[in-house]
Amino acid sequence: MITLNNVSKTYNTKEGTVQALDNVSLTIESGDIFGIIGMSGAGKSTLVRCLNFLEKPTSGTVIVDGSDLSKLGDRELRAKRGQIGMIFQHFNLLMQKNVIDNICFPLKIAGVSKAEARKKAYELLEIVGLTDKAKAYPIQLSGGQKQRVAIARALATNPKLLLCDEATSALDPQTTKSILALLKEINEKYGITIVIITHEMAVVREICNRVGIIGNGKLVEHGNVIDVFSHPQSEEAKELVLRNTGENRELVETLETKNCIRIVFSENSSYEPVIANMVLKFGTPVNILKADTKNVSGIARGEMILGLPEDEKLASEMIDYLKERNLAVEEVSGHVG
Amino acid sequence: MWDSIMQIPSVFQDEAVRSMIIAGIGETLYMTIVSTFFGYVFGLPLGIALAVTDKTGIKPNAVVYKVLDFISNIIRSIPFLILLILLIPFTRAVVGKSYGSTATIVPLVVAAAPFIGRMIESSLKEVDGGVIEAAQSMGAGNFTIIFHVMLVEARTSILVGATIATGTILGYSAMAGTVGGGGLGDIAIRYGYHRYQFDIMIVTVVLLVVLVQIFQTIGMFISNKFDRRKR
Repeated sequence: MITLNNVSKTYNTKEGTVQALDNVSLTIESGDIFGIIGMSGAGKSTLVRCLNFLEKPTSGTVIVDGSDLSKLGDRELRAKRGQIGMIFQHFNLLMQKNVIDNICFPLKIAGVSKAEARKKAYELLEIVGLTDKAKAYPIQLSGGQKQRVAIARALATNPKLLLCDEATSALDPQTTKSILALLKEINEKYGITIVIITHEMAVVREICNRVGIIGNGKLVEHGNVIDVFSHPQSEEAKELVLRNTGENRELVETLETKNCIRIVFSENSSYEPVIANMVLKFGTPVNILKADTKNVSGIARGEMILGLPEDEKLASEMIDYLKERNLAVEEVSGHVG
Repeated sequence: MWDSIMQIPSVFQDEAVRSMIIAGIGETLYMTIVSTFFGYVFGLPLGIALAVTDKTGIKPNAVVYKVLDFISNIIRSIPFLILLILLIPFTRAVVGKSYGSTATIVPLVVAAAPFIGRMIESSLKEVDGGVIEAAQSMGAGNFTIIFHVMLVEARTSILVGATIATGTILGYSAMAGTVGGGGLGDIAIRYGYHRYQFDIMIVTVVLLVVLVQIFQTIGMFISNKFDRRKR
């Protein structure tokens, strides 16, 4: 669906040149929900804008659905953009137009007749569950509703690809969940490839099947979500996976427990009461500092941070016990703090 | 001064003065409305060009921007009375004479166009860049973005600007009275200043204030009515 070859982007600013993207090569398959995650300023917004050439890369090629974007003329590029949907953090709806007219707007650009556009717009409103808001103006809608309108608008031209730029970052957790569920439904029902830019690991965990991690303009790691989560290789990935939310990190820091480990459940192991069995076997309690079990792309998965007993021998026996049960075990203290 | 205020009722009793003032209102409205219209005929494209070619615009062009910026600043910095006099040959070429309300429209339009252009520019720059980017992501060309995104989203601000522009042009038209421009300003200067008939002057000034109030009220009403950003 998308192939990036050695894409670089530099900006010239008063303070000098800024390298926003540094030699990024990446393939996104048709039907993927691909997450691109990184800290703010890592270059992920620039990367997603290179996928529809809102930003033109300084060097490298971007091939979307068989066409090299840099080879397209102005008119062809605009036609191509019409086949790529995009949604934004701040929704970017036309504030002076009602919901239906907002959804009709890309169709108007594409030269679709008004009657046909209206018909399509009402179908889309049904998909996003807002039929009763057709005549409302954006100001009258909640954030989640605005994003639903934006999604309907992005889907109006039947795109094969949907780009999401921090689409849930301005929404509360509950609304985020419902928007992500809608995106997943769209991906499954209509086979639309989705690229999601986010700084929240939870978003990737929730719906992506593949993920790329951006740090300092470089693609430092990419692969299946499950692999990257279970065995993060790069510093940035470890940071993101471990950090998860800011509080956990502080929690572990303040406890200053020496024998801290992070264990990762994969496949079905989270259904087996491993920790309870271990405590029964060794007859010594462990301190559960953090526990989190989730459904990642249909596979039960979880992670825990445990504080093991001070006794080094007992602790290493426990680690061996966990490893025997195919759990990934990592010393946490090295990465946290 | 107090005496002349006491004499105001007599202004309305004098048939000749009354018809002169009514004609003055007509001339002022004529100058204001026609000048505002032509001010927008030239100012709107100027404002669009300024907003579009600025370095943050959708088609930055430093040369075009600098030239338009320079011209509109020069015209705006010339005092209106001076401009009025400087333009006399031009006015004569356009309308055939250099006095009267039709002749005043020419310098009024020349003075108003860059002012209106600046207001249009600032209204268009208020449009959220994200919305423009969204339109670009849908494949919209610059023409579509200008006419279906920028001008539509900036509508309220543009209408508020039009209200301000109308009031300013009305004020300028009164100033043109000093050189025989016609309208209420002309009456105020001829009777109030040259003949010391303060009563007539006060009446015309009050009428000018009332006209500005009416334009302002209508303008704000329309711009509010068409603003969809209200719940």
